[in-house]
Amino acid sequence: MPNMPEPVVSRRGVLAGGAATAVVAASPANAARVGERPAADPAPVKVSFKVNGERRDLALDARTTLLDALREHLHLTGTKKGCDHGQCGACTVLVDGVRINSCLSLAVMHEGDDVTTVEGLGTPEKLHPLQAAFVKHDGYQCGYCTPGQICSAVGVLDEIKRGVPSHVQGDIAASPAFSNIEVRERMSGNICRCGAYSNIAEAIADVAGGKA
Amino acid sequence: MKAFTYERAHDPVAAARAVAARPGARFIAGGTNLLDLMKIEVETPVHLVDVQDLKLDRIEPTDAGGLRIGALVTNTDLAADARVRRDYGVLTRAIVAGASGQLRNKATTAGNLLQRTRCAYFYDTNMPCNKRKPGSGCAAIGGVSRQLAVIGSSDKCIATHPSDMAVAMRVLDATVETVNAAGETRAIPIADFHRLPGDTPHIETALAPGELITAVTLPKPIGGRHVYEKVRDRASYAFALVSVAAVIQPDGTGRVALGGVAHKPWRDAAAEAELPRGARAVTAKLLAGAKPTHDNAFKLPLAERTLAAAMAEVRTTA
Repeated sequence: MPNMPEPVVSRRGVLAGGAATAVVAASPANAARVGERPAADPAPVKVSFKVNGERRDLALDARTTLLDALREHLHLTGTKKGCDHGQCGACTVLVDGVRINSCLSLAVMHEGDDVTTVEGLGTPEKLHPLQAAFVKHDGYQCGYCTPGQICSAVGVLDEIKRGVPSHVQGDIAASPAFSNIEVRERMSGNICRCGAYSNIAEAIADVAGGKA
Repeated sequence: MKAFTYERAHDPVAAARAVAARPGARFIAGGTNLLDLMKIEVETPVHLVDVQDLKLDRIEPTDAGGLRIGALVTNTDLAADARVRRDYGVLTRAIVAGASGQLRNKATTAGNLLQRTRCAYFYDTNMPCNKRKPGSGCAAIGGVSRQLAVIGSSDKCIATHPSDMAVAMRVLDATVETVNAAGETRAIPIADFHRLPGDTPHIETALAPGELITAVTLPKPIGGRHVYEKVRDRASYAFALVSVAAVIQPDGTGRVALGGVAHKPWRDAAAEAELPRGARAVTAKLLAGAKPTHDNAFKLPLAERTLAAAMAEVRTTA
């Protein structure tokens, strides 16, 4: 999408404003805990990791998730926050080549790691094959889950290549083979509320060289 | 999320010491369950001890002919191990039936055993829950209880243990190895590792405060056909309503454990002795004394049918 003009109101600004109205008061915490709790605004913890090939040095509240570090501190807003509880997969990134939910991982636990986000897979001029396939097969409607879907799909294809078994395999001792049902099972941690699943599966099949 | 301090430990005893020294401190490994619960302040640790550098991420043969699985081996790596797939197929089957690919890449062997219940009332901090806040009551009893326990529950708690992996570990007679702050080690049979809720549903395992799981060991392979049959509300990425882990020998004898029905994987020697007589005979004994709710009474016939399906699978693919 190289010719798309920069929007005046960014999607991120609209979403951030919308989210603010949805904030509810935090419920009272467990009172029963003992032990000294650090101040509400504790000293930042230093952490360094690579993001899309570039070394980034951060000093963060230890509570910061990898997702929030990417979005709020490094301004890499391609990675999306959906449920923030590991249920939707919108936050999927690759850490040392392996797909994880960045919302369920503390940034300070990633010292020395190599993180790849959707911004690191391709560029508007030179899309990653999966990005191009999602465009070709219309593997989205609203697009919010798409960065997570694409990062997850990169991980899935690598997992099949490495022989990681899945629930739908007949013979669990055998090497898995690419198929539509394999992709659907392995992508089940990525929810698409628009329901673009058929086209997502076809896009992934296109890159894998298989039939959807 | 409540504020906490953070440190990265470099050997198991030092990690145990760091947690034992500070009330309210917790170990963190994959973090997929702990962070989820910290965000809603069901878990409120004051200090986190990161154990990822403890080098407990290997699977090695034991002198007894079994396998020692390091506490930090991820669910994906454990399921994918060639020895596990060949000799302990029920374990691979159970792991890949749980969670999502992303979660299995991060979740660890020890963390999987230690994950908390997904009872909706445990998650809802506006509701009473004896597990979350001892003595506050149980909103699940008399509440929406379709997913919850049918056996081994108490008048304080009807939560289920959510793990698939643990059900396979139970049928394989795994052992949980630990170390404490004094450097003392112990080996806990998986049967004794998870507790029933009784009057103290907040105490879920046999672990003492600060005691660290270092490995889970499997005895030497027992052969037989390995199956894990899971029934859930959607085809993938959902917790079990009922699951069956079974290892069936050519003569029809074998082992069976149920998931999704109790506060721990549910297995009974007298019940599995009935295997040659069929699923109904097994579940009649295994679930004798069950106290289902109106919402979850369906789990009793479902358990029988799921076991029957598992046994049929063994017969038809033998």
